[in-house]
Amino acid sequence: MENFDLFGALMQPIMEEDPTQWWEMLLSGLYWTLAVSAVSGVVAFSIGSLMGVLRTTSNSTLVFIGNAYVELFRNIPLIVQFFLWYFVVPEFVPPLKEWMIAQDPTIAQFVTAVICLGLFTAARVAEQVKSGILSLSRGQRSAGYALGLTETQTYRFVLLPMAYRIIVPPMTSEAMNLIKNSSVALTIGLTELTFRTREMGEVTFAFFEAYIAATVIYIIVAMTVNRVMALIERRTAVPGYISGGK
Amino acid sequence: MKRNILATALAFASVVAVQPAFAQEAGTLKKITETKTLVIGFRESSVPFSYLDNNQKPIGYSMDICMKAVDAIKAKLKMPDLKVELQPVTSANRIPLLQNGTVDMECGSTTNSVKRQEQVSFANTTFVTNVKIVTMVNSGIKALADLDGQPIATTSGTTSVQLIKQNEKGTNVNFKEVYGKDHAESFLLLSTGRAKAFVMDDILIAGLIANSPNPKDFVFLPEVLRTEPYGIMLRKDDKAFKAVLDETVNGLIKSGEIRKMYAKWFQSPIPPKNANLNFPISPELEAAFAKPNDKGVE
Repeated sequence: MENFDLFGALMQPIMEEDPTQWWEMLLSGLYWTLAVSAVSGVVAFSIGSLMGVLRTTSNSTLVFIGNAYVELFRNIPLIVQFFLWYFVVPEFVPPLKEWMIAQDPTIAQFVTAVICLGLFTAARVAEQVKSGILSLSRGQRSAGYALGLTETQTYRFVLLPMAYRIIVPPMTSEAMNLIKNSSVALTIGLTELTFRTREMGEVTFAFFEAYIAATVIYIIVAMTVNRVMALIERRTAVPGYISGGK
Repeated sequence: MKRNILATALAFASVVAVQPAFAQEAGTLKKITETKTLVIGFRESSVPFSYLDNNQKPIGYSMDICMKAVDAIKAKLKMPDLKVELQPVTSANRIPLLQNGTVDMECGSTTNSVKRQEQVSFANTTFVTNVKIVTMVNSGIKALADLDGQPIATTSGTTSVQLIKQNEKGTNVNFKEVYGKDHAESFLLLSTGRAKAFVMDDILIAGLIANSPNPKDFVFLPEVLRTEPYGIMLRKDDKAFKAVLDETVNGLIKSGEIRKMYAKWFQSPIPPKNANLNFPISPELEAAFAKPNDKGVE
């Protein structure tokens, strides 16, 4: 392919009057991608754990709440959820809309992206947590009760320490999915990595260079997450259990 | 979304890579005589220039002008039964399809720019669009300077907001950019009060306003940030064919017929929803009518 010049394209200034180069724009995009992923990851883990646990309790109301949550957030396409959170919800909650107008638009977009991605991913985490708990033999729960532990204590000291270790591998996938899903935030104008890549392509016409650079950056990030999770997996492995079986 | 863009990028890149392979055939008029067919490229949703009506038939201001050109070609080549084929094109493929001979002329809403003139030619200007700023009537914003510190919407991938900085009255204006993913969403940011203004081609904004529930809520600021001429697009270095098209356009301008066409598409209710764009002839277009030309924008 003629005219292909990855580094030349990345070193181009974004405008005549502005010496900022495109690689700096991509890095600023990466910063938002990582920020959204990290914060929404915390949201997803907390709410997902809560919902996952609710779905396995003995209280049918709590089970219903957990199931309803998962079905609601899992069955609506992510891009639609972004639109709903950014455009529709503020119309029904006037104080929220006032807050969003008063804020710097980037803050409003960031918060929306964190809430949206966090709640969406929480539904998937809930599913993993539930399957982790259900994969334990019923004897463990009974043993907890036999020792005189309450249901809460049984979860805290018997079930969850095992369940969380079992679900580390699928949680690795969820973490990587979360990072990739954060690119949908470009639809509400958050200037994350894919947004900047697209912008670079449309301004410089160096589409190949822009997308190749973005691909490399995404792979590096995903591989890093993968390695960190693999480390966690090894450190927390329960000898004799399915995860970390070496 | 991501995949779509990538696909477009790949299609675009492969098209660009193949370009040197097309040899420039002898003129379009010769091709028409040999094949007894003229192929017109049209846009499917460039209201009111070139778009499909309820019967999937392409209509619009540019189509009307092109049909006059077809009459002129028929007369010139003495081919009253010349076959006219209509081929839909998109903003991404219109130039490649013109260059490889799939279409002979494009009747849509293509900006005549100096950069594009390296690849194609344009007939004399038939429309001029201005990049302008639209705000809500009740926002109290009367001029560019009032936008200082306010969020301004623009569509991602366009650089229109940067034009504010280049306007002399806008040098001291600091604004916050809010991106919509398409024009409809940028307009939604404005109409829901999330952005105080929206910067875009005025004719595109007029289309959005005409189809909004309360068209009277919106008003344009007087500043013109950039002016872009539209024209029929044809293959480069085809003087004979360009002459026919230019004569047609000049004739329409001279006889005043082009004003009737303009009134029909820009100042009357048009299909499919019978909305009226209420878009009078701009001073820039008046200038182009006074002195017909094919000058491209930088």
